[in-house]
Amino acid sequence: MTSGTVILLTGVLCAMACALLGTFLILRRMAMMTDAISHAILPGLVAGYWLANSPNLLVGALGATGAAILTVSLVEALQRTRRIEGGEAMGIVFPAMFALGTVLVSRFFANVHLDTDAILYGNIEFSFFDHLVIGGRDLGPQSLWIMGTLLVINLGFLFLFYKELKLTTFDPGLAATIGFSPVLVHYVLMLVLSITTVGAFTAVGAILVVALVIVPAATAYLLTERLIEMIAYSAMVGALSAVSGYWLAIWIDGSVSGGIVTMTGVSFALALLFSPSQGLVAKARQNRLNRQRFALDMLLMHLSTHERTEEEASESAVGHISAALHWTPEATTRTLRRAIDRDLVIRYDGNLVLTSQGREAVKGLLER
Amino acid sequence: MSLLHDLIFDYTLRNVALGAMLLGIVSGVLGSFAVLRRQGLLGDTLSHAALPGICVAFMLTNSRSPIILLIGAGIAGWLGTMLLLRVVRDTKLTEDTTLGVILSVFFGVGILLLTYIQQQNNANQAGLDRYLFGQAASLVARNVVTFAILGALALAIVVACYKEFKLLSFDPLFAASIGLPTRGLDILLTSLLVVAVMIGLQTVGVVLMAAMVIGPGAAARQWTNHLHIMLVLAACFGAVAGVSGAVISVQASRLPTGPMIVLALTIIVLISILFAPTHGLVPDRVRRRRQRRNLHANGLPAVAPEAQG
Repeated sequence: MTSGTVILLTGVLCAMACALLGTFLILRRMAMMTDAISHAILPGLVAGYWLANSPNLLVGALGATGAAILTVSLVEALQRTRRIEGGEAMGIVFPAMFALGTVLVSRFFANVHLDTDAILYGNIEFSFFDHLVIGGRDLGPQSLWIMGTLLVINLGFLFLFYKELKLTTFDPGLAATIGFSPVLVHYVLMLVLSITTVGAFTAVGAILVVALVIVPAATAYLLTERLIEMIAYSAMVGALSAVSGYWLAIWIDGSVSGGIVTMTGVSFALALLFSPSQGLVAKARQNRLNRQRFALDMLLMHLSTHERTEEEASESAVGHISAALHWTPEATTRTLRRAIDRDLVIRYDGNLVLTSQGREAVKGLLER
Repeated sequence: MSLLHDLIFDYTLRNVALGAMLLGIVSGVLGSFAVLRRQGLLGDTLSHAALPGICVAFMLTNSRSPIILLIGAGIAGWLGTMLLLRVVRDTKLTEDTTLGVILSVFFGVGILLLTYIQQQNNANQAGLDRYLFGQAASLVARNVVTFAILGALALAIVVACYKEFKLLSFDPLFAASIGLPTRGLDILLTSLLVVAVMIGLQTVGVVLMAAMVIGPGAAARQWTNHLHIMLVLAACFGAVAGVSGAVISVQASRLPTGPMIVLALTIIVLISILFAPTHGLVPDRVRRRRQRRNLHANGLPAVAPEAQG
């Protein structure tokens, strides 16, 4: 395998593993927990390295997982005091943990290479060089093993807990009544998220983890209402962003993590603009159509109200419409043209007269 | 006394302590509003969203002058906020999801641009990454003066619009019903938070900014039920954390300033949650125990006078 293939595969596997969890985190309004965990694992990582006396990946990962679980527990303990609200509890715990980690690094590891930059944006670029060697046998790039394992764990988790996750996410009350513990599901989800964050973080850095968990799932949520489709779409968006982001980074000679995150952002922006149901363009179009339709209805009602009355001649005069309905002359011209095009109204001797179709339309409006 | 002497006459310590104090005051006051409006993590998102602004400002001007970079940071943070308000208003995405999306995407774009700049062999670029982790030790007198002007401006606006901001924070619907421009006020208050973030980036960095916005307000909230007292307390807590963090890090070498400020602030928050007389956990428990004892001693009708307060 070339180094490019390894980086690409690492990115794709990582993106898919993260996206699987992201769906549930978003639906449970816990997206920012990923951000908190990804920063708060620093002191655990440092403590692990300190215990192992070297940057030993396994011990570091154990320490980091411990720190992640500690963070979740601390945030929840703070929330339970009811003295501060959920988001704030996170905003107090994770900077404190990160600060503690930074202090530990500068205190005990000033000479060891533990780059704080690498913690934020990782070095997926070097994933080709670290090989997993067990008993003298070279088993290939370590990052592929880590990401592959994570993907298997998360797929297994979804497979085993799909029903429970779905129920506790959408109706925790019902879930508790019929005997599924929402608390247990919550803690298992947090544990799997912690493991994923730690595993992904050692390969791709904290920010990429946050982006890969949240952004593809948010993109998918803009595109569909169905849970199973949302999971599938977010895995696809993640994988596509990994591939295109890799090429973007190669092209401008920048960080691969940054490139992948940028492409998740591009996918999100596209969905935000062009999603058929939620997109801003579709909504703007719908608003315009509604406005036009409302204007047309107003015109028909106005003509119908004064039909066969004494003031009909003056009220239905083409020149009077704009003043009667408080429209600008341009808007009046546009609406008149639309009404005439649809054969709802005809012009007769400077006046507007409802056609039989127009009268039908008015009848429809009145029955509504 | 030597500490006081150093604070006044040691050039580095004086600048670092003054800069950290200004940050604590400004982010304490503006963060209090964010805390009351349940937008604590907005500060985290704003500070991450500022990074691409710093990079673009550098690419356009090729200048490392803090004021230019901070203006870039401010514009990017502001754009991120506008996008946040728009997405939350117009789609079904919740606020915390949108915060996470904007935070990570803006920051990722910033990292991409930063690494791109670093590849260009431009000698001028060294030190841009200072804004990631903050480097309070690099503060010079000119930075502190810039911070003071920015901060004074932001606080003056808070004083001028105090009544409106208070109403917006506690009862936005009522504020709208009596004809206040709530959307404009919302944008103004958030833009002021961007100013606090601009001051914080160079001092504590992107990651720790979240604590500077939330911490002082969350701590002050435990001590009082009055907004003006809360704002003053938050400013004091922010300033104390800033100065003590700066002093500790300069006195004990090899301890980074930003993290020490945040750890000092965390201690203040914990003490407040535990021991503040108004809302603290320990006084609360003492009160309840006394009530229970009164109840046992006197039977049902006895209502402890403290319970009414």
